[in-house]
Amino acid sequence: MNPLESKQTYQQYVDKKSPNSPIIKNCFNAFWVGGLICTIGQIISNICKERGFDIATSSTIVSIILIGISAFLTGLNLFNKIGKFAGAGSLIPITGFANSIVSPAMEYKSEGYVMGVGGKMFTVAGPVLVFGISASILVGIIYMIFATESITLV
Amino acid sequence: MKKIGNQSYSFDSPPTIVDCASIVGPKEAQGPLSKYFDLCIEDEFWGEKTWEKAESKIIKETVNTVIAKSGIPSAQIDCCFAGDLLNQCISSSFGLRELSIPFFGVFGACSAFVESMSLAAICTEAFAENTLCATSSHFCSAEKQFRFPLELGNQRPQSSQWTVTGAGSAILSKNGTGPYITMITPGKIVDMGIKDGNNMGAAMAPAFCDTLTTHFLDTGRNPSYYDAIISGDLGYVGKEIVLDIMSSKGYNIKSNYNDCGILIFDKLKQDTHSGGSGCGCCASVFSGYLFKELRARKMKKLLLIATGALMNSTSSQQGESIPGIAHAISIEI
Repeated sequence: MNPLESKQTYQQYVDKKSPNSPIIKNCFNAFWVGGLICTIGQIISNICKERGFDIATSSTIVSIILIGISAFLTGLNLFNKIGKFAGAGSLIPITGFANSIVSPAMEYKSEGYVMGVGGKMFTVAGPVLVFGISASILVGIIYMIFATESITLV
Repeated sequence: MKKIGNQSYSFDSPPTIVDCASIVGPKEAQGPLSKYFDLCIEDEFWGEKTWEKAESKIIKETVNTVIAKSGIPSAQIDCCFAGDLLNQCISSSFGLRELSIPFFGVFGACSAFVESMSLAAICTEAFAENTLCATSSHFCSAEKQFRFPLELGNQRPQSSQWTVTGAGSAILSKNGTGPYITMITPGKIVDMGIKDGNNMGAAMAPAFCDTLTTHFLDTGRNPSYYDAIISGDLGYVGKEIVLDIMSSKGYNIKSNYNDCGILIFDKLKQDTHSGGSGCGCCASVFSGYLFKELRARKMKKLLLIATGALMNSTSSQQGESIPGIAHAISIEI
């Protein structure tokens, strides 16, 4: 068979020929690293509550500490190694978000602090912010329209 | 110079490759070819403030090395051809701005080295006494331009390739005792609709097969004529595709075909997935390894076909497919 018969046959042939990612290994690593990060968050949260902070303040403290650790590890050239190992496990929690802002800031520092760091800082995280904020506004509007005693958003 | 068949050309007085030089980065230095390179730099910055400056320094020093090795003073070099992957080819133009040799900037993505060699060979046949060609690439500057920031914690797909940090340079001369560039087959652009920027090997393989088949048909040669047929940077995925396509066309190149992207890294130890890529890949592997093999007469007939993916980051984001190209030069002793 000649794989170059048409673009379609070539695409199918290439899909078959290209190696797949080791998906089971990746899922397993993502699961336990993601779980570990969340457990660390929970421990911080429990300590905060023990010290007398309310739930909302404790959650904020957890976010700040995890973001701080993630940004620090990014600066030490370690977070990319964790990310390569754990994939979505380290990317989905707030650690991934911090990494996606700090890494372009570091990368584009060579183009100056204003147009480099400032301008390019959100190249990776930008879409998450735009669509995250848009979605929350949309939900807010829907909530406002249909707000009754029975609907409560925690 | 005369035309043979559809798109191949042979030289009346084949230019000699007088000497070659190569400088590579730390990762390449850990690869299987490390002992062949002229210099392995210790870190990606090489004392510069940015990766772009480091890449310019690499190509500049590679050119200085080849000029020193060849013993031909730069005043006697009539023109140079150079290229790289960065926007508007800044590495080569910035790196070679103090060279004061007439300069032609060349862009052919990762095929730039063989493209430069072809053009330099044509000039040498036509008017020039000596010509120079050089190309470079840098892993960090290429990732920055084409993909994500280096510190971003993401996973690379298995079909992706690792841009080589390094440069290669060669000096061609009218007079010499070989190795000679005897023929060139400039390639056509071939686009088979591959859109995945992480699977360059698949995007470029059809162009490679087109150029290789055309070369055989034009010249009447067959695969066994060459001691080695080496592609620029198709990687492991591309190599498998090439073997399949060529066997479907009735050519068996299994025994003497290999790829620079495969040769330069150790896949298992270096975690480079499908292999190396970039203008510096073919350039450093040829200048470092293959040229020395030719000189030592371990290899007498080499067909070097560099492949390029003619895309940029905007075209990928706009969903365009990736056109591929492949240029061939036949080098014989």
